[in-house]
Amino acid sequence: MTISPERRRFLSQAASLAAGVTIAPGVTLYGVAEAKPDNMAVTEKVRWGMLVDTNKCSDGCNDCVTACNDENGLKGHGRPQTDAQWIRKVNLKDPRTGVKKTLPVMCQHCSEPPCVDVCPTGASFKRKDGIVLVNKHTCIGCRYCMLACPYKARSFIHETLTDQKPDVPRGKGTVESCTFCVHRVDNDLQPACVEACSKTNKALIFGDMNDPNSKLSRALEKYPTGRIRADLGTDPGVRYKGL
Amino acid sequence: MFWVRSIAKFLLLFMFVSAPVKAGENRSFFVPTPPKGKGEKCVEETAFMRSNHMDLLMHQRDRTVIDGIRTKKHSLKECVACHVVFDNEGRAVSYQDPKNFCRSCHDFAAVKIDCFECHASKPPQGKGHAKINSTPIPSAVDAYRVSRKFPQ
Repeated sequence: MTISPERRRFLSQAASLAAGVTIAPGVTLYGVAEAKPDNMAVTEKVRWGMLVDTNKCSDGCNDCVTACNDENGLKGHGRPQTDAQWIRKVNLKDPRTGVKKTLPVMCQHCSEPPCVDVCPTGASFKRKDGIVLVNKHTCIGCRYCMLACPYKARSFIHETLTDQKPDVPRGKGTVESCTFCVHRVDNDLQPACVEACSKTNKALIFGDMNDPNSKLSRALEKYPTGRIRADLGTDPGVRYKGL
Repeated sequence: MFWVRSIAKFLLLFMFVSAPVKAGENRSFFVPTPPKGKGEKCVEETAFMRSNHMDLLMHQRDRTVIDGIRTKKHSLKECVACHVVFDNEGRAVSYQDPKNFCRSCHDFAAVKIDCFECHASKPPQGKGHAKINSTPIPSAVDAYRVSRKFPQ
């Protein structure tokens, strides 16, 4: 039996409401996740973010990268210099102490994104809910944003592509980067990397930073976390713990 | 007698070029016959879609990319999923194939679209609906050849 997406959404909403009532009768339960209806625009009420626990991220594990490539249909052309890379594992070593760290780095979804500042056509933009995207309909492939990004998060598509994923349109001559799997987020799913990591190391938490009851906000409240190149004032939406 | 021959040639050529085509028989060579979609009817009236589908798609694309509005009614993904055409082996054909729904008209109208340089022009493997019995759709050049009785 197949369930239409509308019906599934209705059922999941009903289930979460029912859960709220049965868990705490007589108590108002805040933060029951409400699905955004398809016809509603994203709002500033939500700021999507991610927490990377570098203590849990293990050396040699590449599951987040593989999941990202699968989800978004990224295929290499045997040219590592120019192949699309939305998320990558970075290995760090303190030369003094010899301590090693491994962590994923992707688009940091800054609230003050330099890529948006430099874009001559407005194609590089920040969605109201904090996700930084490239509107490929207006991207002219100038690659200013790639230069401006302090995290080297963006890739340029050099080759003519075929067999793209229906949810992830990509094409030659445009710049692209991690979208936080925006097509999944809009359908109340976690980004592919987070889903993959949750099966192994559980080092990634994704959620709404503006919702004080989200798993992400509670973790951010509990542990000291940092941002990469916080000195630049870009205010990334991706935070790192234990770095 | 040169002028007589010239006129005769001209008349012959004229008759040949303007040879009437039997109504119905070769209709598909002049009017594109796009394959039917899977549902009873399209999301809008056929006549409306014929002239306005590009505006709907353009409107929807900005709403989706910028505002995250993902209603299905006018989404390109849903158009592609509903209007999928299968080849003889039962595989969905992409925009590269002249049988593709969009191309069945665009080839005729000589409209070059770049949607499918980025967007998927067929649903993912195993998705979509049953095979559509569609006759091969001639391209504009084929139609011209047939109408002019040029060899293929």
